[in-house]
Amino acid sequence: MYYQTEPWAGSYNLPTMTNMGDPLQRIERMASGNAVVIFSVSTCCMCHAIKRLFCGMGVNPTVYELDEDSHGNDLEKALMSLLGASSAVPVVFIGGKLVGAMDRVMASHINGSLVPLLKEAGALWL
Amino acid sequence: MQSFKALAPPPTNSDMYCHSPFYLRGYDSARNQTRFADIGELEQPAVGFHQDDAVDLSRSSIYNNLQFGGLGENIGSDEMMLPKGAGMVVGGGSSGNNGNFENWGDSGMGEHSQQTDTSTDVDTDDRNQSHGVQHGALVVDSMDQSKGRMGDQKALRRLAQNREAARKSRLRKKAYVQQLEHSRMKLTQLEQELQRARQQGIFITGVSGDQSLSIGTNGALAFDMDYARWLEEHQRLINDLRLAVNSHVGDNELRVLVDGVMSHYDEIFRLKGIGAKSDVFHLLSGMWKTPTERCFMWLGGFRSSELLKILENQLEPLTDQQLMGICNLQQSSQQAEDALSQGMEALQQSLVETLSSNCLGPTGSGNVADYMGQMAIAMGKLATLENFLHQADLLRQQTLQQMHRILTTRQAARALLVISDYMTRLRALSSLWLARPKD
Repeated sequence: MYYQTEPWAGSYNLPTMTNMGDPLQRIERMASGNAVVIFSVSTCCMCHAIKRLFCGMGVNPTVYELDEDSHGNDLEKALMSLLGASSAVPVVFIGGKLVGAMDRVMASHINGSLVPLLKEAGALWL
Repeated sequence: MQSFKALAPPPTNSDMYCHSPFYLRGYDSARNQTRFADIGELEQPAVGFHQDDAVDLSRSSIYNNLQFGGLGENIGSDEMMLPKGAGMVVGGGSSGNNGNFENWGDSGMGEHSQQTDTSTDVDTDDRNQSHGVQHGALVVDSMDQSKGRMGDQKALRRLAQNREAARKSRLRKKAYVQQLEHSRMKLTQLEQELQRARQQGIFITGVSGDQSLSIGTNGALAFDMDYARWLEEHQRLINDLRLAVNSHVGDNELRVLVDGVMSHYDEIFRLKGIGAKSDVFHLLSGMWKTPTERCFMWLGGFRSSELLKILENQLEPLTDQQLMGICNLQQSSQQAEDALSQGMEALQQSLVETLSSNCLGPTGSGNVADYMGQMAIAMGKLATLENFLHQADLLRQQTLQQMHRILTTRQAARALLVISDYMTRLRALSSLWLARPKD
């Protein structure tokens, strides 16, 4: 069974997966539920850093701790394949759209594209 | 007036103790004022001579040296034209004679009036070999002094004192310069030692218990060498940029140079990535930097927000849009730094918890599996250090690139020069500090 790609991922090409629709669908559902969504692991220090970054900007992100989720493992694997990275967390979605891991988030903050994105998603007000 | 005996071996007898005026010239010329002034010149042969004597001085200084080498032998000391009693401090260099000379000073000057007397004496003592200077027992026969002569005496005394002061000042200056040269040499030596030691990965500061760990691994050594090479190339590029800026080259040429420096910066971040993979602790420790740089280091490198603060006043004039861009950049880099710092704190806290966990202690249960388990967890946490260093370097790189994007070519050139100068001075400060005299 092939995963039906949803447009929310934008330019990302989702890999074809067999019988793995659930995790990614879940991720997509969770991601579009709030303006800023962070997938994290409670013991991960880089996740802690990214949370502090958003809080420092005055944003209130929705955080899903995968190690506290019953299907956390599946979600982690799904995220890993989504990112094409060895580490699943932290991952940030803004306005339902995938932004990326810490390096992408920080790069977009430095080049000034993060704040407009947050405002557009309604996570930041002037 | 100090006695010559107070001096350390006078280096230049010939210069200092030129008795020529007395010996050669003074004898011939009117044996009064001239001669007496010459006495004053004993210490400072080159100064304040009467013109006619000055000439002789130069000619005869060597002669005098020869003469006074064995001071006393053939001085026809009377020919020194000294009023007797004017303890002339002569040839301190002839050690044997040091003790024989009285302080030349007041007494000498005061005897000015005796010249006419002594001149006569000199004539008569011409054939005497052993008097005067040698024995330092020149006695003034009479003491009548007119007021006019008193004035002259004071003037002469002042002159003599000035000369003495000038000479001392010259000696001090010479000593100071020598000390400076010595310090400079020492500084260069220390720098070289430091560089060498750093390349060998040896901890410079302090002695740690884990001496074995402090010897650099191959990774550390390789990185240090890479960094040294990178720094050299960086200085070269910066110098080229500075020349270009100062000679007001066109924008196109300047852009090429600026782009060159920027891509060279990319190179160091690439090198740091490689170095971190082989020895993350070496990179984080900052042992590859100078002490001052290390002190103010943040997560294995410079602080982007700090650099922007340095540039704040140096980039004018800025358009409003540029100003806003720079302000935003400063704010966002500051926020990113804070976030990463807090992440590092969380990491340390987490490690503390892991390592201080109960099951790690040598308890009765002695649960090795638990111990190994906790250690494995701790190892996992340590592994994230590389990620933090990587993120910090990314932050630095992106801040530089964004700054480059906001500024014009000329502004960017100036910014790069300012940054480089700051780093260079910080490094120089290290060297100065290391070479400072310790009391």
